[in-house]
Amino acid sequence: MTDATKSPTANWTPRIVAFFCNWCTYTAADLAGVSRMKYAPNIRVIRVMCSGRVDPQFVLDAFAKGADGVLIGGCHPGDCHYSEGNYKCLRRYQLLKRMLADLGVEPDRLRLEWISAAEGEKVQRVVNEMVEQINKLGPLGLHKKFIEWDKEITSFEHTGHAASVAQTPTI
Amino acid sequence: MKPKIAIYWCASCGGCEEAVVDLAEDILGVVEAVDIVLWPCAMDFKRADVEAMPDGSILATLLNGAIRSTEQEEMAHLLRRKSQFMIAYGACAHLGGVPGLANQFSLEHMLKFYFEDGPSNVNPEKTRPQPVSTVNGHELTIPKLHNVVRALDQVVDVDYYIPGCPPTPKVTKAAVSALLERRLPPKGSVLAPDIALCDQCPRKATKPTNLAFTEFKRPHLTQLDPQTCFLAQGVVCMGPATRSGCEALCIGGNMPCTGCFGPTSRVRDQGAKILSSLASNVAPKDAAEIDKVLAGIPDPVGTFYRYSLAKSMLRRKVSLPVDQVLK
Repeated sequence: MTDATKSPTANWTPRIVAFFCNWCTYTAADLAGVSRMKYAPNIRVIRVMCSGRVDPQFVLDAFAKGADGVLIGGCHPGDCHYSEGNYKCLRRYQLLKRMLADLGVEPDRLRLEWISAAEGEKVQRVVNEMVEQINKLGPLGLHKKFIEWDKEITSFEHTGHAASVAQTPTI
Repeated sequence: MKPKIAIYWCASCGGCEEAVVDLAEDILGVVEAVDIVLWPCAMDFKRADVEAMPDGSILATLLNGAIRSTEQEEMAHLLRRKSQFMIAYGACAHLGGVPGLANQFSLEHMLKFYFEDGPSNVNPEKTRPQPVSTVNGHELTIPKLHNVVRALDQVVDVDYYIPGCPPTPKVTKAAVSALLERRLPPKGSVLAPDIALCDQCPRKATKPTNLAFTEFKRPHLTQLDPQTCFLAQGVVCMGPATRSGCEALCIGGNMPCTGCFGPTSRVRDQGAKILSSLASNVAPKDAAEIDKVLAGIPDPVGTFYRYSLAKSMLRRKVSLPVDQVLK
């Protein structure tokens, strides 16, 4: 895999972190796979037990470490395996989207979709749509911005943040 | 020889200096046990005095305030070099504090407001402070401002954190005695209990097991019940996402917690965590109704990151420019 942190913007393609719930959306992505549906290769799927497990910290961390977009997939309302987890996710999403806008992150970089286990084609459509959307928005590149911001101070190497950047795995 | 202590201030309000004085008669015990070698607020030692000291000769520096200017950055480096322990004292050094909220605005925006547009300004020539100016043939320099407000550990290595806006006398005393008796926890620890404030809160018993917010009320527009959990009253309280150690002082004054002790060690981003906690307990289940309830929190950044924006995962409004490159 290429190290996108080193490649120039010209070679940039969107990197989207996708949190898919085990019971619906992940299974749907699996279905899309076994059905040989083709969709954009820009998502890195992280399986979580429930969309309600997606801590807003996960989303912010993904952005801070270089994601251009974050997609959350959960069960349709009423279908949550844990009965209410997807509602918790929706409520957090509504406020997180607003707060991200206040912090200068375009709200379209975060998307929540209900995708049932039978909706392989919806995974395909949503991923393709989101890649197109992020292509329009361009790179977020926070990991590079942090380095840019810190050029104004000296010996940044021993700060906590530099350490976390250094530990950022190359994708 | 008594151990040497330095107390320094950066981008701060002076409240942390006040907190040291609030040790009241206990400060005499501290003064008896240590030599204070630098304390610009109260004593007449100069930077040159610190520069003349051998490296590592100060036992500990208690530094309060965020790092906003080149001078503050230099002093942080100098005191780091001279001290065995660098201690971030108070919310601003710990997390960026209230000055960290300036990370929502560009440097240009801020200078323009403070020197030109502010309603209390009379400045028809639009004069702004210049890093270098000549007065009567003498060249004068003042520190430059950074574009980004930083917590202390984003500039120098920090050994310990004493949280609070300001730290309470009790927390300060416990930290100073731990330091003098060398009873110190692992490096990087926050010297306060590692559990959420709700655990210490006298209203804990009235916190419902299942919260279901149907509205959020602003404290200044609400008659607050002095006994009941603020969350149960529909008032944003940062208690669930804030470290204890203050003994619920604000709650004792019938005001909700605003989060000055920062998060516990298990939480990386205090604002995201309280957002998670509050939002997931909103009662409605469809987006429009949820938004109606959440409209009661008009400024999530200022409310959830009141003291911790500089140390949050995004650190700053990410779309802001870097107006001037300092070096």
